[in-house]
Amino acid sequence: MGVGASMLSRIPVFGSPIDAQVALERIDPALKKRMADVALNAARSKGATYTDVRIGRYLNQYVITREDKVQNVVNTQSYGMGIRVLANGCWGFAALDKLDNDSIAKAAGIAVAIAKENARIQSEPVILAPQKGYGEVSWKAPIERNAFEVPIKEKTDLLLAVNAAAMKNGANYISSNMFLVNEQKYFASSDGSYIDQDIHRIWPTFSITKIDPKTGKFASRNALSAPRGMGYEYLMPRESDKIKGAPTTLYRDRYDMLEDATVGAVQVGQKMAAKSVEAGKYDLILDPSHLWLTIHESVGHPTELDRVLGYEANFAGTSFLTLDKWESKKFNFGSKNVNIVADKLQPGSLGAVGYDDEGVKCGQWDLIKDGVLVNYQTIRDQAHILGLNASQGCCYADNWSDVQFQRMPNVSLQPGKTPLVPADMIKNVEKGIYIIGDSSFSIDQQRYNFQFSGQLYYEIKDGKIVGMLNDVAYQANTQEFWNSCAAVADKSDYRLGGSFFDGKGQPEQVSAVSHGSSTAHFKGVNVINTARKI
Amino acid sequence: MAILSEDEARSLMKRALSFSKADECAISLNGSESGNIRYARNSVSTSGNINQISMSISSAFGKKLGITTVNEFDDASLEKAVRDAEELAHLAPENPEYMPMMGPQEFGPPSRTFEQSTADITPKQRTDLVAASLQVAKDNKLTAAGFLQNTSGFNSVLNSRGLFAYTKFSDINFSATLKTADGKGSGYATRDYEALADMDTLKFTKIAAQKATGSNGARAIEPGKYTVILEPAAGIVLLENLYGSLDQRSADEGRSFLSKKDGGTKLGEKIVDERVTIYSDPRHPGLPTFTWSGDGQPQVKRTWIEKGVVKTLFNSRYWAAKKGVEPVPYPGGVVMEGGTQTLAELIKGTEKGILVTRLWYIREVDPQTLLYTGLTRDGTFYIENGEIKFPIKNFRFNESPVIMLNNLDALGIPERTVSAESNSSAIIPPMRIRDFTFSSLSDAV
Repeated sequence: MGVGASMLSRIPVFGSPIDAQVALERIDPALKKRMADVALNAARSKGATYTDVRIGRYLNQYVITREDKVQNVVNTQSYGMGIRVLANGCWGFAALDKLDNDSIAKAAGIAVAIAKENARIQSEPVILAPQKGYGEVSWKAPIERNAFEVPIKEKTDLLLAVNAAAMKNGANYISSNMFLVNEQKYFASSDGSYIDQDIHRIWPTFSITKIDPKTGKFASRNALSAPRGMGYEYLMPRESDKIKGAPTTLYRDRYDMLEDATVGAVQVGQKMAAKSVEAGKYDLILDPSHLWLTIHESVGHPTELDRVLGYEANFAGTSFLTLDKWESKKFNFGSKNVNIVADKLQPGSLGAVGYDDEGVKCGQWDLIKDGVLVNYQTIRDQAHILGLNASQGCCYADNWSDVQFQRMPNVSLQPGKTPLVPADMIKNVEKGIYIIGDSSFSIDQQRYNFQFSGQLYYEIKDGKIVGMLNDVAYQANTQEFWNSCAAVADKSDYRLGGSFFDGKGQPEQVSAVSHGSSTAHFKGVNVINTARKI
Repeated sequence: MAILSEDEARSLMKRALSFSKADECAISLNGSESGNIRYARNSVSTSGNINQISMSISSAFGKKLGITTVNEFDDASLEKAVRDAEELAHLAPENPEYMPMMGPQEFGPPSRTFEQSTADITPKQRTDLVAASLQVAKDNKLTAAGFLQNTSGFNSVLNSRGLFAYTKFSDINFSATLKTADGKGSGYATRDYEALADMDTLKFTKIAAQKATGSNGARAIEPGKYTVILEPAAGIVLLENLYGSLDQRSADEGRSFLSKKDGGTKLGEKIVDERVTIYSDPRHPGLPTFTWSGDGQPQVKRTWIEKGVVKTLFNSRYWAAKKGVEPVPYPGGVVMEGGTQTLAELIKGTEKGILVTRLWYIREVDPQTLLYTGLTRDGTFYIENGEIKFPIKNFRFNESPVIMLNNLDALGIPERTVSAESNSSAIIPPMRIRDFTFSSLSDAV
């Protein structure tokens, strides 16, 4: 449906806890090939016309602290196999975690039996776009330092230092966390592909809270980090990756957690003292640490072809970007400044892989070109609907135990082509709000009406920042909002945001995805005041 | 293999425990078998069958804890897993909030969380249940999308201080969205039960079909404050954010809607209308849940809000010990008391108002006031002089369940419902609320 509700409370503990050392041991691809061949042969002998096998080892590490305490260090792994088959024109799927030959063959038989049973109630037989086999190939995320190899003490020392810095600068409470993911994925199909991939993700984050006991008010300021498809190098600060000069320091491909917490503790106090916003129309200057989520919800999701076609109608919803709008080749999604690209290759992004979860080599393509809707996101059994003879490689499953389906690639707003930095944008704003960081978010099931909040709101009057605001949320219609995009800053300001927890599907699965942009200017957006009394 | 009996589970966990050399050791063993079918565009799309079992071993030396897991259950594998957990504990930083493991607990009579009929569901039965739902769509010239899933399994725990708990469970979950051919009408129904016999996919799909047909051709009315009737499926998604926020620690720390200025909490104070009483009961016949919490504490009947007054807050064992109070686990099996009116009678007694059948994409806006935003979805109707007059377009709302329950006008007969946001079930009455805040219109159907 969208990014997970309470991100920290929805840590996807797919797996079971394990020893940290076990996480560093790898499974031999030759063994995985042998197991996959057992499944491929068993399914074929039971009548499958196509089979793919995913053998996944999913490693997670969570380091959880608050104030001066390490609350938990958890290592989990989930290891098993998912077998997907086509039989009688219908999909069937079975998953197991006991990977002996007999259990694998039995599961393959169950998958075929389910497909044949379900074919009774199928009115649209599956049509698969052709896909050549790649033979035995592999892909590894280009990380510099494997975070799973970094000693736990180095991680807890950093988080406790972050907490101490925040407390010293006025915080009453801080929780800080580090989430690490390593997906060791093996894919094999009856097309002749045997693909071994190694994917890494990291997300350091914190939430600082300050309380005013006299008024009973409290406020929080969350980290301005982004979850990334990187190793531990993301946490090794580099001056060249800092953007200074704005009201707060912002980070590109390296994050200075200690610095952000130090500044954040001061800012949370400023937030509490800020004036409550007056509802009305404002120009919005949206930083990439905020805009990624608006892109995710209002562009990423409505261009998912499975939503457009109705496959998510019972849960995540459908899309206002219906096929007739795409076929017209002139649907005015946004202003001329709006160029949005789908990308499964971008280094350091959460969505970067060599091949998707149905063995398709990944790429990059336009979704919105000069403001016009030009394409969607597809997988093998959807490509024919767009007249394509190949999938765009958007298939993903969050675990071996769940069936793969269409998931969002990285979807990013391209930077403006003429030199422009946020400070110049602000000079052109008479009455506006500069929003940094993400917070509350909600959008309807066809992606028309949305509401977003941020971490830091700065009031702009006559081209200057005059102070902080509180109680801000903006509401808009997707098409009107993107048509109000007056400018996008140049590539020097480009940064990635993203989420570990994009939820979709039944049973619900999460997916990690990045969204890049430079700071952008939107004119005349409706801002509401969210203060209430209870 | 995935569903072990109580004796089999205890015996396997005892075997693992026999290898422990730690100060304390706890074993948990969980297994499940699950099958599902997903459909859309009046046709099956994906399906699944998942079978898994795993054991988790927690070993502690002092306040240092190590946890590991295993899904191979021969002696060598079990012993290696126990040694791994102990090694990890030695390497772990001390957790000052670590609490010693609990001894044997009394959980009272069992709750009926398991029905064999659900565990025995075959792929053919699942297909037949979905076929019945698809037939409703075809008969009414509507387009159906839906999901059916059955799960059965067991959870168990055993520790070196003698705690043992074991529960078998089953669950069958169904939801369907039906849309008119032109896409201008949409209806939804969802149910969740323990027993197969309760899951009438034909009947529930017909409810969704009626809403789809009835919501076709919705008119736009101005956003603003309206009297609303929230059906249970709509009410639960706001109420679960109220009873799910009754946390003592955040209230004590001054960062909850229950915190008071100059310290202290609203425990014992009236925060909502006096007709609001919310309790949890693991043995409620209409909503059986586990008689023990995840960490092995007994779950008993507890009143959380009584006649509008906050009576109980949940806490961790650490926080309870620090504050010198009894530990109270997070509620399961929540029931909100109601009135005697049916939904139809609530509508009949409404001069002007809006019937909301579902709320969606609920997100917190302000924890200070428990303000949430979200939208109506799949059937919203204008009521005048006690009758549904016409379907209306969907709204975005910004509202707090605390404010909402202070603006309570009437309660209907409670019924079991399931949250489409959290998948948790509760027994909730339909509610008529004054001055519910709709802040903008949505074009979504």
